[in-house]
Amino acid sequence: MKYAYYPGCSLRGTGRAYEESLLAVFRALEVEVVELEDWNCCGATTYMSYDELQSYALAARNLSLATKGGNDLMAPCSACYLVLNKTQYYVRDYPWIGQIVDHALDTIRLPRDISVKVRHPLDILLNDVGLDAIKAKVTHPLNGLKVAPYYGCQIVRPYALFDNQRNPTSMDRLLEACGAKIVYYPVKTHCCGGSQKGTLPEIGLDLIKHLLTEAHRNEAEVIATVCPLCQFNLEAFEDEASNAHQFHMPILYFTQLLALAFGIPLKEAGFQRSFVSIKPVLAEKEIAYV
Amino acid sequence: MELKRVVKFEAERDPAFAQWISHTVGGERIRHCLQCGLCSGSCPLSLYMDYTPRRLMHLSREGFKEEVLSSYTIWLCTCCYACMVECPKQINITHLMYALKTRAIQEHFYPKRFAIPELARDFSRMIRGSGRITESRLVLRVFLKTAIWRLVGFSSLGWKLFRTGRMRFAREKVQRQNEIVTILNAVEDTRKEMAR
Repeated sequence: MKYAYYPGCSLRGTGRAYEESLLAVFRALEVEVVELEDWNCCGATTYMSYDELQSYALAARNLSLATKGGNDLMAPCSACYLVLNKTQYYVRDYPWIGQIVDHALDTIRLPRDISVKVRHPLDILLNDVGLDAIKAKVTHPLNGLKVAPYYGCQIVRPYALFDNQRNPTSMDRLLEACGAKIVYYPVKTHCCGGSQKGTLPEIGLDLIKHLLTEAHRNEAEVIATVCPLCQFNLEAFEDEASNAHQFHMPILYFTQLLALAFGIPLKEAGFQRSFVSIKPVLAEKEIAYV
Repeated sequence: MELKRVVKFEAERDPAFAQWISHTVGGERIRHCLQCGLCSGSCPLSLYMDYTPRRLMHLSREGFKEEVLSSYTIWLCTCCYACMVECPKQINITHLMYALKTRAIQEHFYPKRFAIPELARDFSRMIRGSGRITESRLVLRVFLKTAIWRLVGFSSLGWKLFRTGRMRFAREKVQRQNEIVTILNAVEDTRKEMAR
Protein backbone atom coordinates (compact mmCIF):
# COMPACT_ATOMS: atom_id res chain seq x y z
CA MET A 1 0.00 0.00 0.00
CA LYS A 2 1.24 3.42 -0.95
CA TYR A 3 -0.52 6.78 -0.89
CA ALA A 4 0.21 10.28 -2.06
CA TYR A 5 -0.35 12.69 0.79
CA TYR A 6 -1.92 16.12 0.49
CA PRO A 7 -1.43 17.91 3.82
CA GLY A 8 -3.17 21.20 3.06
CA CYS A 9 -2.28 24.51 4.65
CA SER A 10 -3.80 24.01 8.12
CA LEU A 11 -1.73 20.93 8.87
CA ARG A 12 1.32 23.16 8.54
CA GLY A 13 -0.12 25.73 10.96
CA THR A 14 -2.68 25.26 13.71
CA GLY A 15 -3.21 21.62 12.79
CA ARG A 16 0.38 20.44 13.14
CA ALA A 17 -0.56 17.78 15.68
CA TYR A 18 -2.81 16.18 13.05
CA GLU A 19 0.05 15.79 10.60
CA GLU A 20 2.46 14.55 13.27
CA SER A 21 0.08 11.93 14.62
CA LEU A 22 -1.22 10.86 11.20
CA LEU A 23 2.25 10.21 9.82
CA ALA A 24 3.31 8.43 13.01
CA VAL A 25 0.28 6.13 12.80
CA PHE A 26 0.92 5.29 9.15
CA ARG A 27 4.60 4.61 9.90
CA ALA A 28 3.58 2.24 12.69
CA LEU A 29 1.21 0.45 10.31
CA GLU A 30 3.98 0.29 7.72
CA VAL A 31 1.91 2.05 5.09
CA GLU A 32 3.95 4.21 2.79
CA VAL A 33 2.91 7.84 2.48
CA VAL A 34 4.63 10.28 0.12
CA GLU A 35 3.87 13.99 0.16
CA LEU A 36 2.46 15.30 -3.12
CA GLU A 37 5.20 17.21 -4.87
CA ASP A 38 4.70 21.01 -4.86
CA TRP A 39 1.02 20.90 -3.84
CA ASN A 40 -0.89 24.17 -3.63
CA CYS A 41 -3.81 25.36 -1.49
CA CYS A 42 -7.08 23.63 -2.41
CA GLY A 43 -8.96 26.94 -2.21
CA ALA A 44 -11.23 25.71 0.60
CA THR A 45 -14.70 27.20 1.02
CA THR A 46 -13.28 30.70 1.01
CA TYR A 47 -11.91 30.79 -2.52
CA MET A 48 -15.07 29.12 -3.77
CA SER A 49 -17.07 32.18 -2.69
CA TYR A 50 -14.58 34.53 -4.32
CA ASP A 51 -14.27 32.81 -7.67
CA GLU A 52 -15.63 29.36 -8.29
CA LEU A 53 -13.92 28.62 -11.61
CA GLN A 54 -10.50 29.64 -10.38
CA SER A 55 -10.95 27.43 -7.36
CA TYR A 56 -11.61 24.42 -9.61
CA ALA A 57 -8.41 25.17 -11.51
CA LEU A 58 -6.43 25.39 -8.27
CA ALA A 59 -7.78 22.04 -7.10
CA ALA A 60 -7.21 20.52 -10.54
CA ARG A 61 -3.49 21.30 -10.41
CA ASN A 62 -3.18 19.10 -7.32
CA LEU A 63 -5.37 16.41 -8.82
CA SER A 64 -3.39 16.32 -12.02
CA LEU A 65 -0.07 16.10 -10.16
CA ALA A 66 -1.47 13.25 -8.06
CA THR A 67 -2.97 11.38 -11.02
CA LYS A 68 0.42 11.49 -12.72
CA GLY A 69 1.91 9.84 -9.62
CA GLY A 70 -0.48 6.89 -9.86
CA ASN A 71 -1.36 6.37 -6.17
CA ASP A 72 -4.56 7.29 -4.33
CA LEU A 73 -4.44 10.75 -2.80
CA MET A 74 -4.93 11.01 0.96
CA ALA A 75 -6.47 14.32 2.12
CA PRO A 76 -6.85 14.50 5.93
CA CYS A 77 -8.39 17.99 6.10
CA SER A 78 -12.15 17.97 5.57
CA ALA A 79 -12.16 21.11 3.45
CA CYS A 80 -9.40 19.81 1.15
CA TYR A 81 -11.09 16.44 0.94
CA LEU A 82 -14.37 18.01 -0.12
CA VAL A 83 -12.96 20.55 -2.56
CA LEU A 84 -10.82 17.97 -4.36
CA ASN A 85 -13.76 15.57 -4.70
CA LYS A 86 -16.18 18.32 -5.65
CA THR A 87 -13.89 19.54 -8.43
CA GLN A 88 -13.89 16.08 -9.98
CA TYR A 89 -17.70 15.96 -9.90
CA TYR A 90 -18.20 19.41 -11.40
CA VAL A 91 -15.61 18.92 -14.12
CA ARG A 92 -17.37 15.69 -15.05
CA ASP A 93 -20.96 16.99 -14.83
CA TYR A 94 -20.44 20.33 -16.55
CA PRO A 95 -18.44 20.00 -19.79
CA TRP A 96 -17.92 23.75 -20.03
CA ILE A 97 -16.23 23.77 -16.61
CA GLY A 98 -14.15 20.84 -17.82
CA GLN A 99 -13.04 22.87 -20.83
CA ILE A 100 -11.90 25.77 -18.69
CA VAL A 101 -10.01 23.50 -16.32
CA ASP A 102 -8.43 21.56 -19.20
CA HIS A 103 -7.24 24.77 -20.78
CA ALA A 104 -5.77 25.97 -17.48
CA LEU A 105 -3.88 22.69 -17.06
CA ASP A 106 -2.62 22.92 -20.65
CA THR A 107 -1.02 26.28 -19.95
CA ILE A 108 1.20 24.76 -17.27
CA ARG A 109 1.80 21.57 -19.28
CA LEU A 110 0.12 19.23 -16.83
CA PRO A 111 -1.94 16.25 -18.02
CA ARG A 112 -5.71 16.80 -18.20
CA ASP A 113 -6.39 13.57 -16.36
CA ILE A 114 -7.55 14.44 -12.84
CA SER A 115 -9.20 11.13 -12.03
CA VAL A 116 -7.07 10.18 -9.00
CA LYS A 117 -9.05 8.69 -6.13
CA VAL A 118 -9.23 11.19 -3.26
CA ARG A 119 -9.37 9.37 0.06
CA HIS A 120 -9.84 10.36 3.67
CA PRO A 121 -7.56 8.70 6.27
CA LEU A 122 -10.66 7.29 8.02
CA ASP A 123 -11.57 5.52 4.79
CA ILE A 124 -8.03 4.23 4.25
CA LEU A 125 -7.61 3.00 7.81
CA LEU A 126 -10.95 1.25 7.92
CA ASN A 127 -11.22 -0.16 4.40
CA ASP A 128 -7.64 -0.66 3.19
CA VAL A 129 -5.69 -1.26 6.39
CA GLY A 130 -8.61 -2.88 8.21
CA LEU A 131 -9.68 -3.21 11.83
CA ASP A 132 -7.77 -6.46 12.35
CA ALA A 133 -4.43 -4.92 11.39
CA ILE A 134 -5.21 -2.00 13.68
CA LYS A 135 -6.18 -4.19 16.62
CA ALA A 136 -2.94 -6.11 16.13
CA LYS A 137 -0.95 -2.90 16.64
CA VAL A 138 -2.63 -1.88 19.89
CA THR A 139 -0.13 -2.16 22.73
CA HIS A 140 -1.58 0.45 25.10
CA PRO A 141 -5.38 -0.04 25.03
CA LEU A 142 -7.50 3.00 25.81
CA ASN A 143 -9.24 1.28 28.80
CA GLY A 144 -12.71 2.56 28.11
CA LEU A 145 -11.71 6.20 27.67
CA LYS A 146 -14.98 7.99 26.94
CA VAL A 147 -14.74 9.64 23.54
CA ALA A 148 -17.24 11.89 21.76
CA PRO A 149 -16.65 11.29 18.03
CA TYR A 150 -17.06 14.54 16.15
CA TYR A 151 -17.10 14.28 12.34
CA GLY A 152 -18.22 17.78 11.36
CA CYS A 153 -19.67 18.61 7.97
CA GLN A 154 -17.60 18.15 4.95
CA ILE A 155 -16.33 14.58 4.94
CA VAL A 156 -19.77 12.98 4.81
CA ARG A 157 -21.68 15.81 3.17
CA PRO A 158 -22.69 16.14 0.44
CA TYR A 159 -21.13 13.05 -1.14
CA ALA A 160 -20.94 10.36 1.58
CA LEU A 161 -18.24 8.42 -0.23
CA PHE A 162 -17.31 6.03 2.55
CA ASP A 163 -19.71 6.48 5.43
CA ASN A 164 -23.33 7.21 6.30
CA GLN A 165 -24.35 10.83 5.83
CA ARG A 166 -26.49 11.19 8.93
CA ASN A 167 -24.81 8.79 11.29
CA PRO A 168 -21.21 8.10 10.29
CA THR A 169 -19.47 5.41 12.35
CA SER A 170 -16.04 4.89 10.80
CA MET A 171 -14.22 6.79 13.54
CA ASP A 172 -16.35 5.09 16.22
CA ARG A 173 -15.23 1.68 14.97
CA LEU A 174 -11.55 2.62 14.73
CA LEU A 175 -11.46 4.02 18.24
CA GLU A 176 -13.43 1.13 19.70
CA ALA A 177 -10.84 -1.19 18.20
CA CYS A 178 -8.30 0.70 20.31
CA GLY A 179 -10.31 0.16 23.48
CA ALA A 180 -12.14 3.49 23.69
CA LYS A 181 -15.77 3.78 24.70
CA ILE A 182 -17.80 5.86 22.26
CA VAL A 183 -20.38 8.01 24.02
CA TYR A 184 -23.74 8.97 22.58
CA TYR A 185 -23.06 12.09 20.54
CA PRO A 186 -26.09 13.13 18.52
CA VAL A 187 -24.40 16.23 17.12
CA LYS A 188 -21.56 14.31 15.49
CA THR A 189 -22.16 15.85 12.05
CA HIS A 190 -23.25 19.31 13.18
CA CYS A 191 -21.43 22.39 12.00
CA CYS A 192 -18.63 23.95 14.10
CA GLY A 193 -19.22 27.30 12.45
CA GLY A 194 -16.12 27.18 10.27
CA SER A 195 -14.57 30.62 10.21
CA GLN A 196 -17.66 32.23 11.80
CA LYS A 197 -15.93 32.50 15.18
CA GLY A 198 -13.56 34.96 13.56
CA THR A 199 -16.06 36.82 11.42
CA LEU A 200 -19.34 36.70 13.38
CA PRO A 201 -18.09 35.86 16.90
CA GLU A 202 -21.34 35.55 18.86
CA ILE A 203 -22.86 33.12 16.41
CA GLY A 204 -19.68 31.09 16.06
CA LEU A 205 -19.45 30.76 19.83
CA ASP A 206 -23.06 29.57 20.03
CA LEU A 207 -22.38 26.68 17.67
CA ILE A 208 -19.18 25.72 19.48
CA LYS A 209 -20.93 25.82 22.83
CA HIS A 210 -23.63 23.49 21.58
CA LEU A 211 -21.05 20.90 20.52
CA LEU A 212 -19.17 21.11 23.81
CA THR A 213 -22.37 20.96 25.87
CA GLU A 214 -23.52 17.75 24.20
CA ALA A 215 -20.15 16.12 24.79
CA HIS A 216 -20.11 17.25 28.42
CA ARG A 217 -23.70 16.12 28.99
CA ASN A 218 -22.89 12.65 27.72
CA GLU A 219 -19.85 12.48 30.01
CA ALA A 220 -17.20 12.44 27.32
CA GLU A 221 -13.64 12.70 28.61
CA VAL A 222 -12.19 13.78 25.27
CA ILE A 223 -13.56 14.85 21.91
CA ALA A 224 -12.03 13.24 18.83
CA THR A 225 -12.05 15.30 15.63
CA VAL A 226 -11.12 14.74 11.99
CA CYS A 227 -10.74 18.30 10.78
CA PRO A 228 -8.21 21.01 11.68
CA LEU A 229 -10.85 23.75 11.75
CA CYS A 230 -13.27 21.77 13.96
CA GLN A 231 -10.42 20.94 16.31
CA PHE A 232 -9.27 24.54 16.48
CA ASN A 233 -12.75 25.94 17.11
CA LEU A 234 -13.56 23.52 19.91
CA GLU A 235 -10.18 23.82 21.60
CA ALA A 236 -9.45 27.51 21.26
CA PHE A 237 -12.85 28.66 22.53
CA GLU A 238 -13.48 26.02 25.17
CA ASP A 239 -12.77 28.52 27.95
CA GLU A 240 -14.85 31.25 26.39
CA ALA A 241 -17.78 28.86 25.97
CA SER A 242 -17.67 27.75 29.62
CA ASN A 243 -19.70 29.89 32.00
CA ALA A 244 -18.59 27.90 35.01
CA HIS A 245 -15.40 26.27 33.79
CA GLN A 246 -17.44 23.18 33.05
CA PHE A 247 -15.65 22.39 29.79
CA HIS A 248 -12.16 21.14 30.28
CA MET A 249 -11.81 18.34 27.77
CA PRO A 250 -8.77 17.66 25.63
CA ILE A 251 -9.86 18.15 22.01
CA LEU A 252 -7.81 15.71 19.97
CA TYR A 253 -7.43 14.38 16.46
CA PHE A 254 -8.59 10.78 16.11
CA THR A 255 -5.10 9.93 14.87
CA GLN A 256 -3.66 11.08 18.21
CA LEU A 257 -5.79 8.51 20.01
CA LEU A 258 -4.67 5.80 17.59
CA ALA A 259 -1.06 6.84 18.18
CA LEU A 260 -1.62 6.64 21.93
CA ALA A 261 -2.97 3.09 21.63
CA PHE A 262 -0.09 2.08 19.37
CA GLY A 263 2.37 3.13 22.06
CA ILE A 264 3.78 6.03 20.07
CA PRO A 265 5.40 8.59 22.43
CA LEU A 266 3.08 11.52 23.22
CA LYS A 267 5.60 14.01 21.83
CA GLU A 268 5.70 12.27 18.46
CA ALA A 269 1.93 12.47 18.19
CA GLY A 270 1.66 16.19 18.90
CA PHE A 271 0.13 15.94 22.39
CA GLN A 272 2.39 18.76 23.58
CA ARG A 273 0.41 21.08 21.31
CA SER A 274 -2.85 20.63 23.21
CA PHE A 275 -4.19 23.45 25.40
CA VAL A 276 -5.66 20.95 27.86
CA SER A 277 -3.24 18.20 28.84
CA ILE A 278 -4.35 14.60 28.32
CA LYS A 279 -2.25 13.31 31.23
CA PRO A 280 -4.80 13.73 34.09
CA VAL A 281 -7.36 11.71 32.12
CA LEU A 282 -4.77 9.05 31.29
CA ALA A 283 -3.84 8.76 34.97
CA GLU A 284 -7.49 8.53 36.02
CA LYS A 285 -8.23 5.78 33.50
CA GLU A 286 -4.93 4.05 34.20
CA ILE A 287 -3.97 4.18 30.55
CA ALA A 288 -0.29 3.50 30.02
CA TYR A 289 1.59 5.79 27.67
CA VAL A 290 5.09 6.41 26.40
CA MET B 1 -42.41 57.71 11.72
CA GLU B 2 -41.44 56.70 8.23
CA LEU B 3 -43.97 54.61 6.37
CA LYS B 4 -42.42 52.28 3.85
CA ARG B 5 -43.84 49.79 1.48
CA VAL B 6 -42.13 46.44 2.05
CA VAL B 7 -43.86 44.47 -0.68
CA LYS B 8 -42.56 45.00 -4.18
CA PHE B 9 -44.64 45.55 -7.26
CA GLU B 10 -44.20 43.08 -10.04
CA ALA B 11 -42.42 45.62 -12.21
CA GLU B 12 -39.81 46.32 -9.54
CA ARG B 13 -38.41 42.82 -9.61
CA ASP B 14 -35.35 41.97 -11.65
CA PRO B 15 -36.19 39.22 -14.17
CA ALA B 16 -32.56 39.10 -15.33
CA PHE B 17 -31.53 38.05 -11.83
CA ALA B 18 -34.13 35.29 -11.80
CA GLN B 19 -32.84 34.14 -15.18
CA TRP B 20 -29.28 34.22 -13.92
CA ILE B 21 -29.95 32.10 -10.84
CA SER B 22 -31.70 29.37 -12.79
CA HIS B 23 -28.79 29.23 -15.22
CA THR B 24 -26.16 29.19 -12.50
CA VAL B 25 -24.34 25.95 -11.70
CA GLY B 26 -26.51 24.17 -9.14
CA GLY B 27 -29.56 26.33 -9.80
CA GLU B 28 -30.92 24.43 -12.78
CA ARG B 29 -33.68 22.90 -10.69
CA ILE B 30 -34.56 25.95 -8.62
CA ARG B 31 -37.94 26.20 -10.40
CA HIS B 32 -38.77 22.75 -8.99
CA CYS B 33 -38.45 23.99 -5.40
CA LEU B 34 -41.52 22.90 -3.44
CA GLN B 35 -40.94 25.38 -0.64
CA CYS B 36 -41.04 22.43 1.74
CA GLY B 37 -38.57 24.00 4.16
CA LEU B 38 -36.30 21.01 4.75
CA CYS B 39 -33.38 23.27 3.90
CA SER B 40 -34.31 25.77 6.59
CA GLY B 41 -35.05 23.01 9.07
CA SER B 42 -31.67 21.36 8.59
CA CYS B 43 -29.67 24.59 8.45
CA PRO B 44 -27.67 25.13 11.65
CA LEU B 45 -27.68 28.88 11.07
CA SER B 46 -31.23 29.56 9.92
CA LEU B 47 -32.04 30.63 13.48
CA TYR B 48 -29.90 33.71 12.92
CA MET B 49 -30.85 34.51 9.34
CA ASP B 50 -32.99 37.38 8.09
CA TYR B 51 -34.32 35.14 5.31
CA THR B 52 -34.16 31.40 5.86
CA PRO B 53 -32.77 29.31 2.97
CA ARG B 54 -36.30 28.38 1.86
CA ARG B 55 -37.32 32.00 1.60
CA LEU B 56 -34.07 32.92 -0.09
CA MET B 57 -34.61 30.29 -2.77
CA HIS B 58 -38.03 31.72 -3.50
CA LEU B 59 -36.87 35.33 -3.48
CA SER B 60 -34.02 34.46 -5.86
CA ARG B 61 -36.09 32.69 -8.43
CA GLU B 62 -38.65 35.50 -8.40
CA GLY B 63 -35.98 38.10 -9.06
CA PHE B 64 -35.75 39.95 -5.73
CA LYS B 65 -32.14 40.78 -6.38
CA GLU B 66 -31.54 43.47 -3.77
CA GLU B 67 -33.19 41.56 -0.95
CA VAL B 68 -31.19 38.45 -1.76
CA LEU B 69 -27.78 40.03 -2.27
CA SER B 70 -28.01 42.29 0.76
CA SER B 71 -29.32 39.57 3.08
CA TYR B 72 -27.17 38.21 5.89
CA THR B 73 -28.22 34.72 4.94
CA ILE B 74 -25.59 34.32 2.25
CA TRP B 75 -22.80 35.30 4.65
CA LEU B 76 -24.08 33.17 7.49
CA CYS B 77 -23.95 30.04 5.34
CA THR B 78 -20.94 28.00 6.46
CA CYS B 79 -21.27 25.56 3.53
CA CYS B 80 -22.04 22.55 5.73
CA TYR B 81 -24.17 21.01 2.95
CA ALA B 82 -26.98 19.93 5.30
CA CYS B 83 -29.62 21.60 3.09
CA MET B 84 -28.29 20.00 -0.05
CA VAL B 85 -28.41 16.52 1.46
CA GLU B 86 -32.01 17.00 2.61
CA CYS B 87 -33.45 18.74 -0.48
CA PRO B 88 -36.03 16.38 -2.05
CA LYS B 89 -35.61 18.14 -5.41
CA GLN B 90 -31.81 17.92 -5.42
CA ILE B 91 -31.35 21.66 -5.68
CA ASN B 92 -27.73 22.44 -4.99
CA ILE B 93 -28.50 25.11 -2.40
CA THR B 94 -25.01 25.27 -0.92
CA HIS B 95 -23.57 25.87 -4.32
CA LEU B 96 -26.05 28.64 -5.01
CA MET B 97 -24.96 30.30 -1.78
CA TYR B 98 -21.42 30.37 -3.17
CA ALA B 99 -22.69 31.91 -6.39
CA LEU B 100 -24.68 34.54 -4.47
CA LYS B 101 -21.67 35.42 -2.33
CA THR B 102 -19.51 35.85 -5.41
CA ARG B 103 -22.11 38.09 -7.00
CA ALA B 104 -22.51 40.14 -3.81
CA ILE B 105 -18.74 40.64 -3.61
CA GLN B 106 -18.57 41.67 -7.29
CA GLU B 107 -21.43 44.15 -6.91
CA HIS B 108 -20.38 45.42 -3.45
CA PHE B 109 -23.56 44.40 -1.67
CA TYR B 110 -22.13 44.25 1.82
CA PRO B 111 -21.53 46.60 4.74
CA LYS B 112 -18.16 48.32 5.08
CA ARG B 113 -15.55 46.46 7.12
CA PHE B 114 -17.61 43.29 6.93
CA ALA B 115 -15.10 40.55 7.64
CA ILE B 116 -16.38 37.67 5.50
CA PRO B 117 -15.94 39.18 2.02
CA GLU B 118 -12.67 40.76 3.17
CA LEU B 119 -11.47 37.32 4.22
CA ALA B 120 -12.39 35.94 0.79
CA ARG B 121 -10.47 38.71 -0.98
CA ASP B 122 -7.35 38.40 1.17
CA PHE B 123 -7.46 34.63 0.92
CA SER B 124 -7.45 34.80 -2.86
CA ARG B 125 -4.65 37.38 -2.90
CA MET B 126 -2.51 35.20 -0.67
CA ILE B 127 -2.97 32.23 -2.99
CA ARG B 128 -2.06 34.29 -6.04
CA GLY B 129 1.04 35.46 -4.18
CA SER B 130 2.27 32.25 -2.54
CA GLY B 131 0.09 29.36 -3.66
CA ARG B 132 -0.54 28.37 -0.06
CA ILE B 133 -2.14 29.95 2.99
CA THR B 134 -0.14 30.95 6.05
CA GLU B 135 -3.01 31.01 8.55
CA SER B 136 -1.52 33.42 11.09
CA ARG B 137 -0.69 36.00 8.44
CA LEU B 138 -4.14 35.75 6.88
CA VAL B 139 -6.03 36.11 10.15
CA LEU B 140 -3.87 39.01 11.26
CA ARG B 141 -4.42 40.81 7.97
CA VAL B 142 -8.21 40.42 8.09
CA PHE B 143 -8.38 41.62 11.69
CA LEU B 144 -6.24 44.66 10.96
CA LYS B 145 -8.67 45.62 8.23
CA THR B 146 -11.99 44.87 9.84
CA ALA B 147 -11.85 44.70 13.61
CA ILE B 148 -8.50 45.80 14.93
CA TRP B 149 -9.88 46.18 18.49
CA ARG B 150 -10.68 42.48 18.64
CA LEU B 151 -6.99 41.62 18.38
CA VAL B 152 -6.63 42.56 22.05
CA GLY B 153 -9.12 39.90 23.03
CA PHE B 154 -7.20 37.36 21.03
CA SER B 155 -3.84 37.99 22.66
CA SER B 156 -4.13 35.14 25.17
CA LEU B 157 -5.22 32.73 22.45
CA GLY B 158 -2.34 33.96 20.30
CA TRP B 159 0.09 33.28 23.12
CA LYS B 160 -1.26 29.75 23.63
CA LEU B 161 -0.91 29.02 19.92
CA PHE B 162 2.58 30.47 19.87
CA ARG B 163 3.63 28.48 22.94
CA THR B 164 2.46 25.22 21.39
CA GLY B 165 4.22 25.95 18.10
CA ARG B 166 0.99 26.40 16.18
CA MET B 167 1.33 30.03 15.21
CA ARG B 168 3.88 30.29 12.47
CA PHE B 169 4.65 33.39 10.51
CA ALA B 170 7.17 31.93 8.07
CA ARG B 171 5.46 32.15 4.69
CA GLU B 172 4.23 28.85 3.26
CA LYS B 173 4.95 28.84 -0.45
CA VAL B 174 4.79 26.56 -3.48
CA GLN B 175 7.99 26.20 -5.51
CA ARG B 176 6.49 26.90 -8.90
CA GLN B 177 4.47 30.00 -8.05
CA ASN B 178 4.42 30.98 -11.73
CA GLU B 179 2.17 27.98 -12.39
CA ILE B 180 -0.44 29.28 -9.95
CA VAL B 181 -0.51 32.70 -11.58
CA THR B 182 -0.64 31.09 -15.02
CA ILE B 183 -3.66 28.89 -14.30
CA LEU B 184 -5.56 31.71 -12.59
CA ASN B 185 -4.92 33.95 -15.61
CA ALA B 186 -5.86 31.14 -17.99
CA VAL B 187 -9.27 30.85 -16.30
CA GLU B 188 -9.74 34.60 -16.63
CA ASP B 189 -8.88 34.51 -20.33
CA THR B 190 -11.27 31.66 -21.11
CA ARG B 191 -14.03 33.39 -19.17
CA LYS B 192 -13.57 36.58 -21.18
CA GLU B 193 -13.59 34.62 -24.41
CA MET B 194 -16.77 32.80 -23.41
CA ALA B 195 -18.46 36.07 -22.46
CA ARG B 196 -17.78 37.32 -25.95
